[in-house]
Amino acid sequence: MNSLLNTGRPPVFCPGCSHERITKALDKALSNMGLSGENVVIVSDIGCSGLFDTFFNTHAFHGIHGRALTYAAGIKMAKPDLNVIVTMGDGGLGIGGAHLLAACRRNLNLTLLILNNFNFGMTGGQFSVTTPPEAQVGSGFLNRLEKPLDVCDIARSAGAPYVARCSSYSGDLPDEIEKAVRFDGFSIIDIWGICPGRYTKRNKLTPQIIDESLAGLSSCSGIVEENKRIEYGHNYREISSKLKKVAPPGGIRAEFIFPESDRQEVMILGSAGQRIITSGDILCIAGITAGLNVTQKNDYNITVLRGPSISEIILSPDDIGYSGIEKPSVIIALAQEGVDRRRYVFSDLDESTLIIKAAGVDIPESRATMLNVDFKTRGIKSQDWALVSLAILAKIKKVINVDMLNASLKLVFRETVLESALELVKRVEI
Amino acid sequence: MSLSLLEGNEAVAWGAMTSGCRFFAGYPITPATTIFNTLLRIMPPAGGICLQGEDEIASMGYCLGASMAGLKSMTATSGPGISLYSEQISFAIGSEIPLVIVNVQRLGPSTGSATRGADGDINFMRWGNSGGLPVIVLAPVDIKDCFVLTMHAFNLAEEFRCPVFLASNKEIAMTKESIDLDAVEKPRIIDRIQSKEENFLPFAVKEGSMIPEFLPIGGKTLVRQTSSTHGADGYITTDPGIISRFQNRLKNKLESAIDSFSFHASFIEENAETLIITYGVTGRAAKVVIDEQKKAGKPLSLLILKTLWPVPENLIRDKAKNAKNVFVFEMNMGQYVCEIERILPDKKVKFFGRMDGRLITPRQIMEAISNE
Repeated sequence: MNSLLNTGRPPVFCPGCSHERITKALDKALSNMGLSGENVVIVSDIGCSGLFDTFFNTHAFHGIHGRALTYAAGIKMAKPDLNVIVTMGDGGLGIGGAHLLAACRRNLNLTLLILNNFNFGMTGGQFSVTTPPEAQVGSGFLNRLEKPLDVCDIARSAGAPYVARCSSYSGDLPDEIEKAVRFDGFSIIDIWGICPGRYTKRNKLTPQIIDESLAGLSSCSGIVEENKRIEYGHNYREISSKLKKVAPPGGIRAEFIFPESDRQEVMILGSAGQRIITSGDILCIAGITAGLNVTQKNDYNITVLRGPSISEIILSPDDIGYSGIEKPSVIIALAQEGVDRRRYVFSDLDESTLIIKAAGVDIPESRATMLNVDFKTRGIKSQDWALVSLAILAKIKKVINVDMLNASLKLVFRETVLESALELVKRVEI
Repeated sequence: MSLSLLEGNEAVAWGAMTSGCRFFAGYPITPATTIFNTLLRIMPPAGGICLQGEDEIASMGYCLGASMAGLKSMTATSGPGISLYSEQISFAIGSEIPLVIVNVQRLGPSTGSATRGADGDINFMRWGNSGGLPVIVLAPVDIKDCFVLTMHAFNLAEEFRCPVFLASNKEIAMTKESIDLDAVEKPRIIDRIQSKEENFLPFAVKEGSMIPEFLPIGGKTLVRQTSSTHGADGYITTDPGIISRFQNRLKNKLESAIDSFSFHASFIEENAETLIITYGVTGRAAKVVIDEQKKAGKPLSLLILKTLWPVPENLIRDKAKNAKNVFVFEMNMGQYVCEIERILPDKKVKFFGRMDGRLITPRQIMEAISNE
């Protein structure tokens, strides 16, 4: 079998570094699988694990600390047939913790090799998320204060379907890597090793100690039965392939005559649940059916069914420059909280503005023309007040007419909702 | 004719689809979320991929991976997300990864006001990367720009192999407007140049060009990508000569080409002493002012910049050549005005800014100019 090692760039690790053993084991696994370089991408993290991509004649992607799994996911989604191998140290595990959890939950077919040597080798041996509290490392006393984590436990509980743990010195390492790469889903191998440059300068760690430590931990030999499920990419493509293509927007025809001659600004001031935004849509689309330019700005709280709801609409035969409302032609005042949020507009109004006001709503003093409507005694439900207000405008041919309104309703609603809306408009008397 | 009522964000999504974007990843954030919502609805059925990242950093990571695997990619966020994007933006700049980043700006600082508009990230987008190399930033004024400039953003990302920002604003992004998408004049779609070299080097540039040709990760030819300082072969280099040429190329490939993508709208009156310079949604109020003033026989000139970075210096100098006074209006406390002052040292440059979540009104613009 052909080796994929880049003979022009041999490993440059410190003498005795177990990363070199992992490099060779990875090469053996890939060549045992009969893969050529074009079938593989090595996505490497930062630190000594970040050197891995340079030692292989494969596709390579080397990015920012802790983010290797994110690049790998983008590549795998774009190129589902590619074997994607991620090399990351115990440092990347900590800084990229959120990405590890996401990868476990997602189950995209990536293989993560964790080159776990219990410290940040490249920056001077600082403590990582796997450093034992009793170790002497480059972070002074700080590692004594924190509990190291077991990445295999975390991966299993986060949903990884394949979790294995082994020593860099194990003769089975190439086979372990091959099994993980062949697994159709997210696979992790936590590979314990020795950092002679930093860690073992002040701490005793030998292959034998690693074996003894591993023997004392829960067994992790690959497939996690309770997490077995369909691979993310297959699942994504299968679901997507059944979705109906969405047609580009369009379909509104300009066919009616605008009953006004110039720009009209309308404010609908209500509360959540009164279908204020929907009515704004209806008014805008009614405008488009008369060939007008329209803009609509909505203002509402993030909560649902509580708080003010405001829609501000401009309809104009000319281009709409400034999209704010300065002098509305119509204000539809349906709830106190909506009115209160726009109190500042009322003082400047004159009689050219029509205010349609629901009975019981207090509005600031103004010179505007008032139309009081007692929706309740007319037996109209609160969620229909805005639509009925539009119907009033249509019937007095202010801003819109009945043709425009009905055409808009036919574009916005379907079936029974449409029928009842049309009926509601028909019944409105001035 | 095919009219519709769309949010600016929806127009961005359709502009991306029309450009051939087939990968989106983002993290929910007001006021950018409806870009994700729209693309999730329209992209997977068209064979594309739309992902929700576990955070903004991941969303960018997915996009960078997918772009290097050959897919046109986009992400969208607001100021707090741009903050998190920063490390990946630097990566995309230095490693020449095509990507469109939509920043639907909201009122800052920090989490600020999620549903209030501002143009507060103008300098942040330009300078929020390690190394300080240039990026492209385009600024839409209205719904049509949201569609067209998104297409230009993809073209520029592909042509120059770089991240391109669309500097949107809540006031455009979440405002619905009428638009006839069929009638919009669309730019010709540009795709990154695929290398045909036998001995492909991922960052080699041909004589007379400043942009490396592309091959995707996962193709027949092996491709290397790295965030580290690299030579043409994509391996780390410490050679100061190579590094210097590389840094200069990254700067010059954008700055030397700015005249070819200085998007703008201008209304220059021969007899006007005052030129208004603005961008984004404020351009709309400024247009109202100059139209009114022209009718009143007191003409003003107006330049609405739609390319903000690299600074279109020649365009600005040319449009300002007959003006005595230049008035810059921004929905922030004064950012781009520093560039205008730098470029036009012989003009009297004045500034008016507003950053309270509301639009600059035509009346405010008029008052600011009259008070001078």
